Amino acid sequence: MLKKNNVPLIFSLLGGLILLFILAPLAGMFVSTSTEQLFETAQDSDVTESIFLTLWVSGVSTLFFAIGAIPLSYFLARSNFKLKKLINGIIDLPVVIPHSAAGIAILGFISRDSVVGKAASSVGLNFVGHPVGIGLAMAFVSIPFLINAARDGFEAVPVKLEKTALNLGASPIRVFFSVSLPLAWRYILSGLIMMFARGLSEFGAVIIVAYHPMITPILIYERFGSFGLKYARPVAVLFIIVCLVFFVILRTFTKEKNSRNA
Amino acid sequence: MLKLQNISVQFGAFCLKNINLNIEKGDYYVLLGKSGTGKTVLLEIIAGLTRPAEGKVFLKNEDITKKKIQHRKIGIVFQDFALFPHLTVRENVAYSLKKKKLTRTEKENMVLEYAKLTNVSHILDRSPQNLSGGEQQRVALARMLITKPDCLLLDEPLSSLDVQLRGDLRNLLRQINKSGVTILHVTHDYEEAIALSNKVAVLHQGKIAQFGNTKDVFEKPANEFVANFTGVKNFYEVAFTSETVAIIGDTTQIIVSNRRKLKHGKIIIRGEEILIATKKTQTSAANHFEGDILQIIPYLSNYEIIVDVGIRLTVVITENSLLKFDFQIGQKVWLSFKSTAVKIIDI
Repeated sequence: MLKKNNVPLIFSLLGGLILLFILAPLAGMFVSTSTEQLFETAQDSDVTESIFLTLWVSGVSTLFFAIGAIPLSYFLARSNFKLKKLINGIIDLPVVIPHSAAGIAILGFISRDSVVGKAASSVGLNFVGHPVGIGLAMAFVSIPFLINAARDGFEAVPVKLEKTALNLGASPIRVFFSVSLPLAWRYILSGLIMMFARGLSEFGAVIIVAYHPMITPILIYERFGSFGLKYARPVAVLFIIVCLVFFVILRTFTKEKNSRNA
Repeated sequence: MLKLQNISVQFGAFCLKNINLNIEKGDYYVLLGKSGTGKTVLLEIIAGLTRPAEGKVFLKNEDITKKKIQHRKIGIVFQDFALFPHLTVRENVAYSLKKKKLTRTEKENMVLEYAKLTNVSHILDRSPQNLSGGEQQRVALARMLITKPDCLLLDEPLSSLDVQLRGDLRNLLRQINKSGVTILHVTHDYEEAIALSNKVAVLHQGKIAQFGNTKDVFEKPANEFVANFTGVKNFYEVAFTSETVAIIGDTTQIIVSNRRKLKHGKIIIRGEEILIATKKTQTSAANHFEGDILQIIPYLSNYEIIVDVGIRLTVVITENSLLKFDFQIGQKVWLSFKSTAVKIIDI
């Protein structure tokens, strides 16, 4: 039997091993990349264009899909209906299915033979191999993070506050924007960051929809396939640094917002 | 003014059945009931936050049962105040003014006016999360009153406040009522009904067990539940002339322990705490009155003896005592009770 006094020590050791499992490969990658290589990679226009493309496509698709995802989350948080569990399950589907399969599904949806593809073709657009296609693939696999976080946020807003606002003469839409949304904002912002971050890292779905223009995860894969680990590693390190910087900035912003609300 | 007609609703374990209430303009109406009897649901039905299964709600003779919440002109203040935590006190109070066609100065003046009325002017720039219960309650009232509702619904407004704050808030509620706002106040505390209301209804097992003028309901409970729940018959409005003397009407003096140095108030003397005897007896009681027995009536498992001592005092005694002393109507008796048996309610 475990001695009571040993429990914190054993838990710390087990937890430490898990942390090491996460940190060691990343640290190894950083250690194996020299500053010189990193600067050289940062001056490579293919790499910088790819990182820029990945950032803006993920950002824009996150914001675009938020327009529909946030109202959907509110609806799911406030309504009770028979098929609610089924809808919640559907929302989680992109997380559980293989991302290559998600890519195939998206490709079928936007290819020239599909209704959407035909409509796009009629105005001279082809989503396959286009940033729009990339954005759709990114959003498909990452939108559950936003919907689930926003739904949790709206559920955490006391219904009584909304009822009070209605009683004070506010219309339902004003109640949403002046009470529900600001109070759930912390969760929503967290969901937006998670969706954005998940979009940045997407590979499986995007490679099927658009090999070109090349987002960074595909560029890393391509460099690895064509030139080997030595050439792929600096791109990966640079991309991780950029992602970390974005992540830290956005998280800091969330915390500032929280402390102002406290 | 506000009329409920056959309101019925089923909510989980409890239900409301055929609730009828008629609240006149200017009334301070208290709805008394134990926790979980559906008092809050009834307020929500009136405010339009919950739909009744059956029945109608009328305001100024207009059927508002299906009218939108935001157009009802009925304000509700919840037990937990429901202040918006992300807004300052000023923004909370001004919330309903946003869509009104007023200039910025007019809006600010209105906020200041209602903040002054509810005594929250000094905390307008603070966050509601940093306020005491009493301050939050005042902000909630200011926020609601600024909408100038025809009727104000209060859900247990004093339950989370300490004794001192309750007194202050009762004064404010009375002031609001006197300014012309009709109030429906739900509570489980009969003292609030005594202190504030002119009319009262008692809710029991989903039905109105009794309603009417507060004095009538307390003095003549219609059934055992109401009698147990209201539980007090001797209550009087008094003026305090010192820390130890309260005057009822012009003549009757009661010795009390008025440590808060109130000038006016109400006092409660429970019938069980009054001693009745055929002769004046020497005890530690400070209050002695001689009077005539007016009535002897069965009360729950005991008897009530109503004695005229200048005021009417109701004494509760057991059947054994009644038989032992053989009290008769018209008989002269002495009543006595300690000053500590007199409970003072700040009004």
